[in-house]
Amino acid sequence: MFTKYHPTKGEMLQILSPEGKIINTKFQPEISTEKVLQAYKLMVYTRTVDLKTVSYQRQGRMYTYAPNFGQEASMIGTGFHMNQEDWLVPSYREMGAFFHRGVTPTDIWLYWGGHEDGAKFPKATNTLPISVPIASQIIHAAGIGYGLKLQKQKGIVYTYFGDGGTSEGDFHAGLNFASVWKAPVIFICQNNQYAISLRQEKQMASSNIAIKSLAYGMPGIQVDGNDFFACYSATQKAAQHIEEGKGPVLIEALTYRRGAHTTADDPSRYRSKEEEKIWEEKDPILRLKRYLVAQKLWSEEDDTKLTQQYEEEVEAEFLEYEKYPPYELNDVFQYLYNTMPDDLVKQKQEYEKYLAWKESRS
Amino acid sequence: MTLMNMVQSINSALDIKLEEDPKVLSFGEDAGLEGGVFRVTENLQKKHGEERVFDTPLSEAGIIGSAVGMCMTGLRPVAEIQFSGFVYPAYDHIISHAARMHNRTRGRYDMSMVIRMPYGGGIKAIEHHSESMETLFAHVPGLKVVIPSTPYDAKGLLISSIESDDPIIYMEPKRLYRAMKQEVPDGKFQIDIGKAKIVQEGSDITVVSYGAMMKEAREAAILAQKEGYSVELIDLRTIYPLDRKTVAESIRKTGRLLSVTEGPSFSGIGSELVTLANEEAFLSLEAPPTRLAGFDTIVPLPKGEHFYFHTADRILYEVEKLVKY
Repeated sequence: MFTKYHPTKGEMLQILSPEGKIINTKFQPEISTEKVLQAYKLMVYTRTVDLKTVSYQRQGRMYTYAPNFGQEASMIGTGFHMNQEDWLVPSYREMGAFFHRGVTPTDIWLYWGGHEDGAKFPKATNTLPISVPIASQIIHAAGIGYGLKLQKQKGIVYTYFGDGGTSEGDFHAGLNFASVWKAPVIFICQNNQYAISLRQEKQMASSNIAIKSLAYGMPGIQVDGNDFFACYSATQKAAQHIEEGKGPVLIEALTYRRGAHTTADDPSRYRSKEEEKIWEEKDPILRLKRYLVAQKLWSEEDDTKLTQQYEEEVEAEFLEYEKYPPYELNDVFQYLYNTMPDDLVKQKQEYEKYLAWKESRS
Repeated sequence: MTLMNMVQSINSALDIKLEEDPKVLSFGEDAGLEGGVFRVTENLQKKHGEERVFDTPLSEAGIIGSAVGMCMTGLRPVAEIQFSGFVYPAYDHIISHAARMHNRTRGRYDMSMVIRMPYGGGIKAIEHHSESMETLFAHVPGLKVVIPSTPYDAKGLLISSIESDDPIIYMEPKRLYRAMKQEVPDGKFQIDIGKAKIVQEGSDITVVSYGAMMKEAREAAILAQKEGYSVELIDLRTIYPLDRKTVAESIRKTGRLLSVTEGPSFSGIGSELVTLANEEAFLSLEAPPTRLAGFDTIVPLPKGEHFYFHTADRILYEVEKLVKY
């Protein structure tokens, strides 16, 4: 696969056409029908949570939020391949991969709702919190990969970043370190074509992102990021490559952020409605649904039922989330060090004295 | 004169300098076509062209490192870092080169750049979007650090910064971007770098602040008045070089100092002001010079940020303690 789709050839791996037809049988992934259905449901679930979260933000029940809309295949097609012992090292637009790891919508809402408890993920293992400084997590992934290799632990590190992230020096450092170490890392670039307002052609002069792998002596491949099968298949091959001890792989999943960068962003300032329309027709969920329906594995009726079920579940969970205990003064202080230094103890006490003074005046 | 908020007055300063001096450039992430995530550079690309007002690839080190090179060719870059919390990849270039090049080359190369960045909290933002780390720049020899608190000051200080031949860290209190409007001259005017402003005269205590905290400091001065305490309020406007003279004279007059700053307390600007009081006004002191600074903690995410950012009330509490000392 990595030879056939060598990035210098400028060919993108696509298995499922936008019409939902298998157009490439040679590179179809090994995956059971049951798993494909599971992945499809996760994509629908992720979109449900995503759209609802945007609407909660609009209602003033959530702070600024970075939507995932349109990138479901790119996140889940790659992330669904993760096993229990693997590691997820995310950026901030990988909600589907988070859910696959056991992160809950409540965790996501806590985080974007402004509570540090949303980075703890009590129900997930080997899952790092959101990393906001662009591309910084890529080097952490290399370090985790080294740690696993050195200690002979099982597992592959899946790290995610965007097209803009490839411009940061950390991208270079991460890929370079991992390749020198032959560390078990799959570098996944969700190329959604915009870094906030900046189009890919202004971000880089290289013809694609996968080609950057060559400089690190690792395989790279560009896949259709809206095609679940292409994403899954390339990830499966990358995992095999790593298990054979050959070191890291770079996957570029070419997708499209159908939503805004964050809820504070207005995409109409930098892209056209026509362009958005084109990508609506290439939608990853629609595409996989067309396939499943044609295979008689799924129906429109099933789909309506599932969406409704998820909407109800998510709504109920959100109402529960809103009852989360209030933030305490101690939450500001208690996690910074293992033992609180005297300076901090004093600062907290001073603040409590002020609160008492304030109370005495009201 | 036009009624402007700080976004508009900074935009106006950039517009005037881009118009007047072909060597001035403005660039950063999303700072061209989109006009910046806060719209501070809105319409400047349309007016002054894509060669002088542009979007850079996503690399803070790239933005500042290339600005160093541009300065060497005689250009005057005004580089935008989208949020001060993302400046760290560029910190190497700021500290190791921008701050040192003039000294390293014995004055041969001017680092005539301005590094603009929104800073500070109170906008309910996610991690890395709320910090006040001016100390990290004020501590570095070779940099000047400017922080305006009003639309008027923002314009006058930015014009002076762009005309300065030294590298200027120009930090914009994002919480105040649209918080107030003020009459600001449409044309060019300057405010000297290194000069503080006495915002309100008073006799009981000197309160020194700058940037976003000036809003609460002003409110606190009004509350204090009601309690019968006369506050002399000073807006530093420039953090480095510090206007020692204005601050010292005021402390000698009132006998008391309270500094009000937003960032972490330890090794902060407040520590510097307290030292200044000891060095310059020791014999006039009626109470221990005191700093009110942020906790030495990470700024909490929005659900907890009310604990972190000082209110006018908190400032009044400290004022009262010192006046009654």
